[in-house]
Amino acid sequence: MAEPLLDIRGLKTWFKTEDGMVRAVDGVDLHIDSGETLGVVGESGCGKTVTARSVLKLIDMPPGRFEAGQILWKGRDLIPLEASEMNSIRAKEIAIIFQEPMTSLNPVYTVGDQIAEVIELHQKLSRKQALVAAAEMLRLVNIPNPQRRVHDYPHQFSGGMRQRVMIAMALSCQPKLLIADEPTTALDVTIQAQILELMQEMKDRFGMAIMLITHAMGVVAETCQRVTVMYAGLVVEEAPVEALFGNPRHPYTQGLIRSIPRVDRSAAKKQRLEAIAGTVPNMLEPPPGCRFAARCKFAMDICNQGIPPLKEVGTGHFVRCVL
Amino acid sequence: MQVHRVSRQYVIRKLLIMIPSLLGISIVLFSLLAMAPGDPFDELATNPAVPPEVRAALRAKFGLDDPVWMRYWHWLIALLQGDWGFSFVSRMDVSTLIMQRLPVTLVVIGASQILAIAVAIPVGVLAATRPYSLFDQIANTFAFIGFSLPTFFTGLVLILVFSIQLDWLPFVYRADISATGWEFYWEHIKQSIMPVTVLGLFQGAALVRFVRSSVLDVIRLDYVTTARSKGIGERKVITRHVVRNALIPVVTLVALQMPIVFSGAVVTEQIFRVPGIGSLLITSMLSNDTPVVMGVTFVSACLVVIFNLIADILYGWLDPRIAYR
Ligand SMILES: Nc1ncnc2c1ncn2[C@@H]1O[C@H](COP(=O)(O)OP(=O)(O)OP(=O)(O)O)[C@@H](O)[C@H]1O
Ligand code: SF4
Ligand SMILES: [Mg+2]
Repeated sequence: MAEPLLDIRGLKTWFKTEDGMVRAVDGVDLHIDSGETLGVVGESGCGKTVTARSVLKLIDMPPGRFEAGQILWKGRDLIPLEASEMNSIRAKEIAIIFQEPMTSLNPVYTVGDQIAEVIELHQKLSRKQALVAAAEMLRLVNIPNPQRRVHDYPHQFSGGMRQRVMIAMALSCQPKLLIADEPTTALDVTIQAQILELMQEMKDRFGMAIMLITHAMGVVAETCQRVTVMYAGLVVEEAPVEALFGNPRHPYTQGLIRSIPRVDRSAAKKQRLEAIAGTVPNMLEPPPGCRFAARCKFAMDICNQGIPPLKEVGTGHFVRCVL
Repeated sequence: MQVHRVSRQYVIRKLLIMIPSLLGISIVLFSLLAMAPGDPFDELATNPAVPPEVRAALRAKFGLDDPVWMRYWHWLIALLQGDWGFSFVSRMDVSTLIMQRLPVTLVVIGASQILAIAVAIPVGVLAATRPYSLFDQIANTFAFIGFSLPTFFTGLVLILVFSIQLDWLPFVYRADISATGWEFYWEHIKQSIMPVTVLGLFQGAALVRFVRSSVLDVIRLDYVTTARSKGIGERKVITRHVVRNALIPVVTLVALQMPIVFSGAVVTEQIFRVPGIGSLLITSMLSNDTPVVMGVTFVSACLVVIFNLIADILYGWLDPRIAYR
């Protein structure tokens, strides 16, 4: 098989805090192939954002630091790269969009200026040409009146429109990978669908790979080819999307899938989703064995003796569980 | 990156707001001065050479016994016609007196503000981008010291060191420098160094701390992460996306501090005997020269209001969200 586009191996990103070392990402392995959409799911605080930002080295250091692991981009490790080399990869090869469109754009510059800034830098165009290209990007993401709207400021756009602007900016240099960190969580339900549709449309046009971080299992089922499930700073299951939904192997994944709201169930039952009982372990001193043990109904003695390894249970289907 | 144009409407609105504020300020000042004991004719009262009838006639002529509102009304009408009143003590028009003194004060205040800003912005930004580094700690310590020491103390220390010990700088400010050409300017610069330094560093110390915290507030915002993700390089991230935004509250602070700057200037002018409006204010207060006191305080109030207007325009220019409202 060809070398993956992005290959994260045993990544540990820790944060030094007053209370001690927070092991936010504690040995993550995941990879993305060219042109595929990988879903990354897991409860709040399991380290999805830290993983995503680690790839572009957008973690503040200090307090953060890379404790171990490799982030291989087309075979080259990004962790030891100089700032200037990293800057030639940012936006040009790997772009990122965030959860909060309301705060992701600088309020004092026009959206055109902010998009043109990237184009000017990476495509070596003049400011004027870059602004023309920026208007073209706004047209591609379906913003009406792009010629006029390039000169508007972020506060003149709604949340959904700002996320479109962010997508336009992220894709303006045709990156090979788009990292989308919960791009729709902050938006209304109807707008969410539009943004996901737009991302799909852009993917069809530009052919980039997408790392889609989300809480919504329904979104994963619809848009992703493969899924990585994270729990407490670790990958607990990785599988092609059909295998994950058809045959979830990790008790945590099973819980996640059961908690998806089902439209076909009766209204009364819909109220009581089967949420997973208990909370994520403290990442200052994570338990020595399986991190899910405290919430797992199958937990046994051996579960607490060391972290179970990722084992292959089907083609491309890996699970970190002793079962 | 381009900046937007502040709309004319916004500027006009701000200008119109100045009128009621200045009227309000002048009413308060006038009433306060009217309540204060003593007036310019107190001295005549104790002077046996002036007969009581003459005194009464003079008082009537200048309307000193009219009710306060009527005196205010006369003062305002005269002011609008360009007449600031007459100083009984100096026997000169108040406007002439003020115009003699104002330029010196403006130069000292202006230069010290420029010094304060020129020091505070780079130091504050550098300190904030390296929090808790050695540089940050040194900057913080100096800022704290500079901010805690009153200007009369630092002024006296500077005089002791640079005028008395080293004899490098004159410690009395002279308005009547006879030299010409370069030498004239050099003398002026030399005698301005200490007052400007004292005032500027005092202001700068407060500003450094404010710039630092403002930069720290902005640097952790989402759009700064967005800027970093573009690959534009840390220096551009800081100058374009952090400093630019962090300066918005700094502009407000500088404007709000103008009254403090003026009171600082009064003290500094006393220490270095700078013949500005600060020292004019003190002498006229001591001699009960009410029209001059009124004139000087009102001019200072006008200057403060004008600085606020400039700040408002700068603010609207720095932050597009304001000027569009
Ligand atoms: N700068 C930081 N300093 C200390 N701890 C941090 C820092 N950034 C993140 N963490 C910690 O890392 C852990 C993982 O956070 P992360 O934001 O990656 O979670 P997430 O999976 O993205 O959650 P969510 O779904 O809520 O976005 C959290 O416990 C968080 O407290
Ligand atoms: S290893 Fe044990 S505790 Fe962990 S998920 Fe599997 S069965 Fe549950
Ligand atoms: Mg997150």
